[in-house]
Amino acid sequence: MTVQPMTASTIAKKVVNQDPFFILDVRNEDAFADWKIEGKNIQYLNIPYFDLLDGVEEILEQLPTDQDIVVVCAKEGSSIMVGEMIAEEGRAVHYLRGGMKAWSEHLEPVKIGDLKDVGELYQFVRIGKGCLSYMIVSNGEAAIVDATRMTDVFIDFAKTLDVKITHILDTHLHADHISGGRKIAEAVNGTYWLPPKDASEVTFAYESLEEGRTITIGDTTIAIQPLYSPGHTIGSTSFIVDDTYLLSGDILFIDSIGRPDLAGLAEDWVGDLRESLYKRYKELSGELIVLPAHFMIIEELNSDGSVSGKLGTLFAENHGLNIESEVEFREMVTGNLPPQPNAYQQIRETNMGKLTPDEETQREMEIGPNRCAIR
Amino acid sequence: MKSNKVLDAKGLACPMPVVRARKVMKEMETGEVLEILATDKGSVADLAAWSKSGGHDLVKHTEEAGVFTFWIQKG
Repeated sequence: MTVQPMTASTIAKKVVNQDPFFILDVRNEDAFADWKIEGKNIQYLNIPYFDLLDGVEEILEQLPTDQDIVVVCAKEGSSIMVGEMIAEEGRAVHYLRGGMKAWSEHLEPVKIGDLKDVGELYQFVRIGKGCLSYMIVSNGEAAIVDATRMTDVFIDFAKTLDVKITHILDTHLHADHISGGRKIAEAVNGTYWLPPKDASEVTFAYESLEEGRTITIGDTTIAIQPLYSPGHTIGSTSFIVDDTYLLSGDILFIDSIGRPDLAGLAEDWVGDLRESLYKRYKELSGELIVLPAHFMIIEELNSDGSVSGKLGTLFAENHGLNIESEVEFREMVTGNLPPQPNAYQQIRETNMGKLTPDEETQREMEIGPNRCAIR
Repeated sequence: MKSNKVLDAKGLACPMPVVRARKVMKEMETGEVLEILATDKGSVADLAAWSKSGGHDLVKHTEEAGVFTFWIQKG
């Protein structure tokens, strides 16, 4: 018996389908505690590979015989080694091809819905890191919102749909992942849009995302209306698409809200965050479908693997939208903040164009979960 | 820093730096110091965790021009 590769795509489908399977994670205990493959029906065993070099006999009885076993490590080398040892004992076993690096980079496109006249909206779920990007398609043209640095996925997807990417937008200057926006804009000769208040230090040219400047794709019926909604960053801008969808960036998530401290001091922006969520969003139609830039926990995924919710439902159920006392709200978003995303300062500077790390370094910078939310 | 043995693991990817280090360490005496050179970024966290797990002491590590050097005292 030999160890078989399993792709990040196959595992993503198992997670979405809530299939039960078993992960033997052979990374360090710290790395495992910090970030792992999440899923509703996954069982885990974490033993660092260097503790298995003498043999795997001792753990064999902890491995199930009625479920797929996937050995996982950072890049794949150690998982192949441990997988081979398990296979030599006569057990069926897989390893995650490309390791957590591949898991972090995997994007799963999901169709969210059709637009009113002609067009579609797609969500790209970066399931390993919890990032969400969007493609709005209409009449042969496409706009991309909050693209990740895996730019080929978006460019190839547009090719298969036979549409031309004309506009690339970021809701804000990201701190948890490297934006692919500028790279795509250069590759397709499209327009890259950023909120000016987040872009004061960028080293490249961009178009200013401002309320009142409507962006059209394809024909004039599909409109992307920017809505200034500061709080996560000072420039954070949401988009209302086709009067139906609210792309909320990192201001509002399905079961959590954005944290106000990644580009400055939480105390400075907590007022903006409250104003955006409790006043500006409150004035919008409850029928709008919220499409955020992140999810934090796997429970936020719908049964088809997408992440979305009606604004009205979120106002009823999201704890972060239901804190009456301003003092209590301030305490929640400034008092007990989770650790910041890995390398978030360098990621911000990369997104400003100040740093130009090579691809391997970019991968390392993005290791771990996004950590943009407060729950 | 003085070492009793030097292991050149430059260019090797995970898990090989740790696998080699373990092999060399087995032949060394308690208290002796193994110096390891590696270029794999993952080896920084891995050699530290392996030392701890094996009861060895990672005395020092440095980085220069993409090469990581570790001094590990056998426990």
